[in-house]
Amino acid sequence: MAGIEFKRVVKQYPGSQPTVPGLDLCVRDGEFMVLVGPSGCGKSTTLRMIAGLESVSGGELWIGDRLVNDVVPGERDVAMVFQNYALYPHMTVFENMAFGLRVRREPEAVIREKIERAAQTLGLADLLGRKPGQLSGGQCQRVALGRAMVRDPQVFLFDEPLSNLDAELRVQMRANIARLHREFATTSVYVTHDQVEAMTLGQRIAILNAGELMQVGTPMELYNDPDNVFVAGFMGSPPMNIIPVRNGGERASNRLLDLPLAGLSGLGGELLLGLRPEKLEYAAAAPDHWPRLRAAIEMVETLGAEMLVHLGVGEERLVARLPGLRPLAAGETIELAFDPQAVYLFDAGSRQRIRLSQPVGHAEPVL
Amino acid sequence: MSHSRIVTDTWIAAGKSGAAARIKRVVGDIFSWRFALLLFAGAVVVYPLLWVVSLAFSGQQSLQLVALPDDAGFWRQLAALVPLPQQWSLENFRAVLTEQPFMRWLLNSLVVSLSTTLVGLALSCSAAYAFSRFRFPGRDRGLVLFLISQMFPAVLMLIPLYVIVVQWLGLGNSWLGLVLVYAITALPFCVWMLKGYFDTLPYEIEESALLEGASRLTIFYRIILPLARPAIAVTGLFSFMTAWNEFILASIFMDDEALYTVPVGLRFFVSDYASEWGYFAAGAILVSLPVIALFLALQRFLVSGLSAGAVKG
Repeated sequence: MAGIEFKRVVKQYPGSQPTVPGLDLCVRDGEFMVLVGPSGCGKSTTLRMIAGLESVSGGELWIGDRLVNDVVPGERDVAMVFQNYALYPHMTVFENMAFGLRVRREPEAVIREKIERAAQTLGLADLLGRKPGQLSGGQCQRVALGRAMVRDPQVFLFDEPLSNLDAELRVQMRANIARLHREFATTSVYVTHDQVEAMTLGQRIAILNAGELMQVGTPMELYNDPDNVFVAGFMGSPPMNIIPVRNGGERASNRLLDLPLAGLSGLGGELLLGLRPEKLEYAAAAPDHWPRLRAAIEMVETLGAEMLVHLGVGEERLVARLPGLRPLAAGETIELAFDPQAVYLFDAGSRQRIRLSQPVGHAEPVL
Repeated sequence: MSHSRIVTDTWIAAGKSGAAARIKRVVGDIFSWRFALLLFAGAVVVYPLLWVVSLAFSGQQSLQLVALPDDAGFWRQLAALVPLPQQWSLENFRAVLTEQPFMRWLLNSLVVSLSTTLVGLALSCSAAYAFSRFRFPGRDRGLVLFLISQMFPAVLMLIPLYVIVVQWLGLGNSWLGLVLVYAITALPFCVWMLKGYFDTLPYEIEESALLEGASRLTIFYRIILPLARPAIAVTGLFSFMTAWNEFILASIFMDDEALYTVPVGLRFFVSDYASEWGYFAAGAILVSLPVIALFLALQRFLVSGLSAGAVKG
């Protein structure tokens, strides 16, 4: 097993802007790292550079103690699971899993033993004689996993392996992958655009946007302590409310709310205030010192145990996640409150987090 | 009468009327103008074939199957148009196969056609794979040139080919010369055909094999070629048939009667000096048998898509 290190790694196709302008990232030995970001953010390119399927245009890429910039894919000792499975359609499941081992000229008895063990782990024992065309999507993906497993590589790479599966299977396979990683603890890099997958699978998550690394951390670090607006908006569903406010020195205000804040005087005139939907509560039950806000309901999405309430005041839009205890209707005005400690502040220009030394204070409701 | 009885009776009646309607529809179809048109088109296709078969099995050399007296009436003349020989005989086949150098020609054709297929497939598979998967200088231009070469009639190539193959290379009157010419003139079509198929094979399959440590050659032999079997079968069939049926080039390159291919040989049964239509017909039937057999053998590839279901999306 081995860790992976990117040192100022650049990927640039001729005649275009760099896809990855300079990435510094370290995946620790045995770690499950998820690369997540919107499409076109360079996460797949990054993964394919580890595999060797894309060349590295600049910087250094290390797997373990080996500089692999110029090492061909077959000699990197990495295995990859593709989104479309990429099984060999003319071979049986057994032959699919044996292919890599036979290329490496392992003895046939060893091959048989390894495949049988992997098939046992993945519940493929009855399918070894079938061809990929006779398997369901979930079974195909398990074969692809098995094919990667039998090679016992230093690094596992996953390129959106679950996006072709239906919702129920996806949950199952997610559990499968997590279990396999607990058992074998092989260094894994997993690319997805689905933040739920990222949160549930990743020991650490790297969030990418336009080729730039936005933040790396454990799922809870990213959720609780985002470095910038992008990360704040990416983690959590529905995403964090980002509300532009004016900095009045001691108060941050707009048409919706007015918060007294300490230590704002040195900052710019425009701020972004971040508030998670789940931190908004019915004002009636909230402590007295929590700031309150009143707004009209635009739409209610009922999810059973809870509901997502969309609020609007002029230009501002807010989403609150409230327990589904009482029926709310569009047009109704509702008073909500939030813990001032739960507020995040971002600079409106750089969109970076502003960390205040003192907590946010008491606020009075407007409107 | 119980309720269910009524229901059953109604149901049977409905069934009967359904069957009657079906019969009526079939009869209507038979007497429709569409049916007549199809029958006519079928007759146009089959009639000449029946003549060839009848001639071959008639045991005689004349084009006339029935000897008509000079004063034959209208109906006798009309009956003579029906392609049925007066007696059935295998004599033509026996003579073609034993008395004439037909077997020799068949062997020539077989050697030339199989070699053409093998050489052509080896060249076009590797070329098409390169055109499909690699980016190299001249790739696009090469493909366009291949296409342009197909826009000229084959006869146009006759003189340059003769000069190159017979005068420069000295390969006139040899199997090798003919094989080279056939394989290479069929190459552009074969490459385009195979490239089109290779393009449809998902590249991830190869990437996956690359990651498993397979070399490009291993991938080509163990993954690409087996997956492209339907396309290779069709291309091979095309190469084989081109070589098997070709007449003009073969008649110009081969002077020695012992080296004739079948189409050239057949020509000499009905030349200025001979009109052995019976031999000609029997030979023609013998020549078509291998092609028919090939078609039957390969037809499962012609319709199957092997990679269906391998990759979702």
